Amino acid sequence: MLMNLFKFKGGVKPPTNKTQSVGLPIAQAPLPSRLVVPLHQSIGGTPRPVVEAGDHVLKGQLIGEADGWISAAVHAPTSGTVLAVEMQAQPHPSGLDALCVVIEPDGKDEWIARETVDYKSLKPEEVRERLQQSGVVGLGGAVFPTHGKLTASKTVPMDELVINGAECEPFITCDDLLMRERADEVVRGIGIFRDLLQPKKVLIGIEDNKPEAAAAMRAAVAALGEDFAVVQVPTLYPAGGAKQLIRVLTGKEVPASKRSTDLGVQCFNVATAYTAWRAIAHGEPVVSRLVTVSGNVQEPRNYEVLIGTPMGELLKLAHPHPDTDGIVMGGPMMGFLVPNADVPVVKATNCLIAHSERIFPPKAPEMPCIRCGACAQACPHELQPFELYWFSRAKNFGKTQEYAIFDCIECGCCSFVCPSRIPLVQYFRFAKSEIWARERDKNAADAAKARFEFKQLRDEREKAEKAEKLAKAAAAQAAKKAAEAAAAAAAETVVAESPAGGPVAAPTAAPLDAGKEAKRATIEAAMARAKAQREAVQPKNTEAVTIEQQRAMDEIESRRVVLAPASQEPAGPTGEKAE
Amino acid sequence: MFAPAPYLLKDVSVSQVMTQVCIALVPGIAAYAWLVGPAILAQLVIASLAALLAEAAMLRVQRKPLALFLSDGSAIVTAWLIALTFPPLAPWWLVVTGTVFAIVIAKHLYGGLGQNPFNPAMVAFAVCIVAFPALMSQWPVVGLQQSLLEQINVILGLSPRLDALSSATPLDAMKTSLKLGEGSVDVAQLLANQDIFGNFAGRGWEWVAAGYLLGGLWLWQRKLISWHVPVAFIGALALISGVLWLYNPAQFANPLFHLFSGGAMIGAFFIATDPVSGCTTPRGKLIFGAGAGLLAYIIRVFGGYPDGVAFAVLLMNLCAPVIDLLTQPPIFGMKDKA
Repeated sequence: MLMNLFKFKGGVKPPTNKTQSVGLPIAQAPLPSRLVVPLHQSIGGTPRPVVEAGDHVLKGQLIGEADGWISAAVHAPTSGTVLAVEMQAQPHPSGLDALCVVIEPDGKDEWIARETVDYKSLKPEEVRERLQQSGVVGLGGAVFPTHGKLTASKTVPMDELVINGAECEPFITCDDLLMRERADEVVRGIGIFRDLLQPKKVLIGIEDNKPEAAAAMRAAVAALGEDFAVVQVPTLYPAGGAKQLIRVLTGKEVPASKRSTDLGVQCFNVATAYTAWRAIAHGEPVVSRLVTVSGNVQEPRNYEVLIGTPMGELLKLAHPHPDTDGIVMGGPMMGFLVPNADVPVVKATNCLIAHSERIFPPKAPEMPCIRCGACAQACPHELQPFELYWFSRAKNFGKTQEYAIFDCIECGCCSFVCPSRIPLVQYFRFAKSEIWARERDKNAADAAKARFEFKQLRDEREKAEKAEKLAKAAAAQAAKKAAEAAAAAAAETVVAESPAGGPVAAPTAAPLDAGKEAKRATIEAAMARAKAQREAVQPKNTEAVTIEQQRAMDEIESRRVVLAPASQEPAGPTGEKAE
Repeated sequence: MFAPAPYLLKDVSVSQVMTQVCIALVPGIAAYAWLVGPAILAQLVIASLAALLAEAAMLRVQRKPLALFLSDGSAIVTAWLIALTFPPLAPWWLVVTGTVFAIVIAKHLYGGLGQNPFNPAMVAFAVCIVAFPALMSQWPVVGLQQSLLEQINVILGLSPRLDALSSATPLDAMKTSLKLGEGSVDVAQLLANQDIFGNFAGRGWEWVAAGYLLGGLWLWQRKLISWHVPVAFIGALALISGVLWLYNPAQFANPLFHLFSGGAMIGAFFIATDPVSGCTTPRGKLIFGAGAGLLAYIIRVFGGYPDGVAFAVLLMNLCAPVIDLLTQPPIFGMKDKA
């Protein structure tokens, strides 16, 4: 099919290293001795464990319950016994441990009762809920819960559904093999997404270095009578980035500040479509995935691997060479070295690369930036990486945000081309995490300040109310006294019957005084209230500011409001409860 | 073990970049040595040695790794640009002074590689032409029959600096004659003097400039420089010289003469394209190049110096940060807002 393709700026062409691992068909990895299943395997809330040590679980049984809407359930990858629910090392660059369910397989691999349904008989929200309960998440690497992306924008019509089979990272071939061998189920999965989102067209993007996958997908689309367009896109890293693929296929550019649905487009990975189909049509939650094992190994190939399999055990199947000195999870452009070989395969694990100095030579020493601009030319988001580098280095985080650091997708193109060998992406990750940390600290401080101010305001108000009450009582007292005095005087005049005007003045004066007294008390009370209010407003250093400063402050204020609307609102009430 | 992605890297380095810049200068150098005289080869050696020594000393003082930074090639590029812009028979100490000033003050005192706000070679030129105006204006007669050894003796001060050796550059000759003639001399008459002028610019020098053009195009083809700066520089220089030439062809030389005279070509492709001291955004590069071309013309035609490229580039270096600030390109997804 001929179609007008668009280009994105930048991009690089690293050696693809894909042919090594496509020679053999997908193999089933054997049951490992132990499975370590992290509960937090997707973006969003951490699922709550619903099993304990000693429980017997079946394959596909729920072990972690989704926490909130943006969260996905986690299931037992095989039948066996739960050994522990404990903290374990994670395949994550942070190196931090996280809560995992450790399962000892019983070898039977016994499934739960699988319910097969025709999804067309379900309401859309039921389909979304089933996907969430089946732990379907984006398998391209971002692991965003899929059901959360299956609602079209209410205001913008859904134009295109983009299916990502580009697989642009070197070494990785799991999507390629999936499309070659299981195209039929991928296309059926895409059908579910299409029915939920109702786009005008469906575009399946595959890099032109995978003609077999494209042919298989075309055949499957034709066999199922769908009208999806299978489009071969030029091989250029990072064409498989969601935003780049959307740009190439539709011409639309999704900025960091927007959702793609705001522009009438949504994007899913082919493997996500496959697991969605298995979950809906076969009742199989996501308990395994395809993983490419490549790099410094004798027999690179793709395996169907249970989630939770220790990476070392998987790597052994491909016979790593003796000089292997580490495991990279993901591709060589965006992947990372895992802390040890015991960390488990997770839903985000698309590839393991045996690391050695032979295939990844050590980097030359870092030199100063010569502002050659190669990074800016390579950046697919058209940022100025060298400027971001200066500001990140100088910890001038305000400036990094001005130069749009959060539009950086950390694809690594800038580091790839830098003649000074500067690990640019590392600097940007550092800057981002610093900004997040400061934002968190600031929100915490703001919440504390709001609580404190609220308490002070309330104290002052109570004081003022008390003063007012006292003043009113005093006024009432005075009025009463005056009335009594007046009554006495009246009695006297009645008795004296004096014709003179002098003494008559006295009784009229007393009630007049009482009225004045009451008025004064009210005014005093009002003044006390006003004073309390004035004092409640803390003294600020923001009274004498220039227009620019005021503008900058307003901007920061508005950003804070956008960033933390939820954390600021309850500050007052929670403060009240705490007392 | 901690090593961040990407694990695959393109085979590039600073020394590769600098080496390719040097290679691109070779056609110009060859024409220079062949047509103007072999003395330039001696000057290149003198300047390179001085640059490496000054660089080594400054690295030592700052306790930076010697081998890593000496092999980056940046000092050699500076040295070659100095040698190529100074008069070829200038005494050795003049070239050394300029080079040491460039490396020590213009480069290292500002923070070393990648930090200098001004092009070091042009700083050297500006300092020397202000401090030693006479020596910096003595150019050999093109086609002088003198062996390399004889010329080296002149450079080293072992042979007397014969007056016959000194001449003016074609640009200077043109300007001075026009000024002295006060309207009675016209450009065509001057160009007829084939001792100084050649087919379309200075005798011999026009082919040196053509050599730089060739090398510059190669740099562009290798993607080491973008087209923006050279095109804007040459375009602006051609435009202003063209307008004035059309206005009065008797008193203003044609654009071709200006493009192939003095430092125009080496400036457009090798000096104004210096990324460290120049602009980095595409629009910024266009402004930078055009500004440098325009200023170069104004200084060389109306100013007091024989050529204006050095001062033009330095003046634009001054403006580069603010130009960059004002010409930031829109990013992915934000084009409609910019």
